[in-house]
Amino acid sequence: MSQARPVTDATFANEVLASTKPILVDFWAEWCGPCRAVGPILDQILAEHGDKIDIVKLNVDENPQTAMTYQITSIPAMKVFQNGEVVKTVIGAKPKPALEADLAAFIA
Amino acid sequence: MRQVIIIGSGPAGYTAAIYVARANLSPLVIASSVEAGGELMNTTDVENFPGFPEGIMGPDLMQRMREQAERFGAEVLLDDVTSLELSGDVKRVTVGSGETFQALAVIFATGSAYRKLGLPDEDRLSGHGVSWCATCDGFFFREKTIAVVGGGDSAMEEATFLTRFATKVYVIHRKDSLRASKIMQERAFNNPKIEFVWNSSVTALNGESNLESVGLIDTVTGETRTLDLDGLFIAIGNDPRTHLVHNQLALTSEGTVEVEGRSSRTSVTGVFAAGDVIDPTYRQAVTAAGSGTVAALDAEHYLSALPASLVASANSSS
Ligand SMILES: Cc1cc2nc3c(=O)[nH]c(=O)nc-3n(C[C@H](O)[C@H](O)[C@H](O)COP(=O)(O)OP(=O)(O)OC[C@H]3O[C@@H](n4cnc5c(N)ncnc54)[C@H](O)[C@@H]3O)c2cc1C
Repeated sequence: MSQARPVTDATFANEVLASTKPILVDFWAEWCGPCRAVGPILDQILAEHGDKIDIVKLNVDENPQTAMTYQITSIPAMKVFQNGEVVKTVIGAKPKPALEADLAAFIA
Repeated sequence: MRQVIIIGSGPAGYTAAIYVARANLSPLVIASSVEAGGELMNTTDVENFPGFPEGIMGPDLMQRMREQAERFGAEVLLDDVTSLELSGDVKRVTVGSGETFQALAVIFATGSAYRKLGLPDEDRLSGHGVSWCATCDGFFFREKTIAVVGGGDSAMEEATFLTRFATKVYVIHRKDSLRASKIMQERAFNNPKIEFVWNSSVTALNGESNLESVGLIDTVTGETRTLDLDGLFIAIGNDPRTHLVHNQLALTSEGTVEVEGRSSRTSVTGVFAAGDVIDPTYRQAVTAAGSGTVAALDAEHYLSALPASLVASANSSS
């Protein structure tokens, strides 16, 4: 079971855009094999660095509005938001060390 | 120490694991962290794997292979091999977490990696209209105009799949005939949303933040033109994933790991290779599985001929 809580089109503004703490949104879908691989890695990063970064997931199938707003054309796509702005984008499933390196500015 | 470590968890790796585990050699399968299950994880219906007359979804097939291997005692580790030391009686395998495992025999089944077009803007636009995975990304191209580059089975399959979403799917191929199997070709030819762009190769990827168009050159006349596109799916083939064993195992002129005759024996004793990484020709799930079987049997045979003291040391400690 995933540790990262789900956000939706309806809750996105409140949960993500209003956050002052860096918050990573994992854009995913049921039918995306690589998304299933990256989910557990994000859970581990959340468990280890939850004090510095929040991690949530958005199902693009059920929440097309937000996926469209952020021009998602490839998943898994991970976007870090801070104060309502996208401050980092990572596309594609990567091994944990590579993801940690991409997110170093937030979790180091 | 282990008796056998299997690197890779595609049909070759898992099938080898089933055999090695059933021989009571409790293999460790190093499956990769984000690509466990191999290539078939990124496809939908597999219609030609024997035993599934209705077809089976790629990820389901791989999950079943994994369960079958685990049932007989294979251990699956979701991590990536970062380096290998293959010479000597004891092989050393280091993974992303930093841990090093030892084994008497290694089965190398790392498959192949998507080939890139090799164009300057490819990395910049990948994930922004340029994709290698139709099943992952097709969804985002609803009512859009897209193209698939390539002429083989996977290109035809992707093009056909993508017509579920896109209004129009071009297939860009540098020749005037396809390499794809007859049944896949016919499916594509009969699909009204698919249009073939023959004798053309992609020379440029254009777009600010997202792909907007591609440059094409006619491979016969040399004429150039631009084709407006929202998305481009690249399916121009694969290269064997051998970077871990360069300078350790002999490779063929095609870049695959060299094996002796019909066996899986590589140029280094105790190291066996299987699946797409040794196969420049057939590259099917079932041939990869068969090749995994060969590697497992070769490895068992090799272990049975080793001095008892070595084998005992493998059994005593992990
Ligand atoms: C879109 C698509 C559709 C296809 N459809 C079909 C079909 O319908 N029928 C069919 O028969 N074939 C099909 N194929 C071909 C089939 O998928 C391959 O022939 C088959 O998967 C090859 O098996 P393999 O075990 O050799 O390699 P792969 O399946 O590629 O597996 C290689 C494994 O090695 C792992 N690996 C690589 N490097 C490392 C490392 N450093 N550390 C740890 N692990 C590593 C990978 O993560 C992966 O698990 C399709 C291929 C594609 C791309």
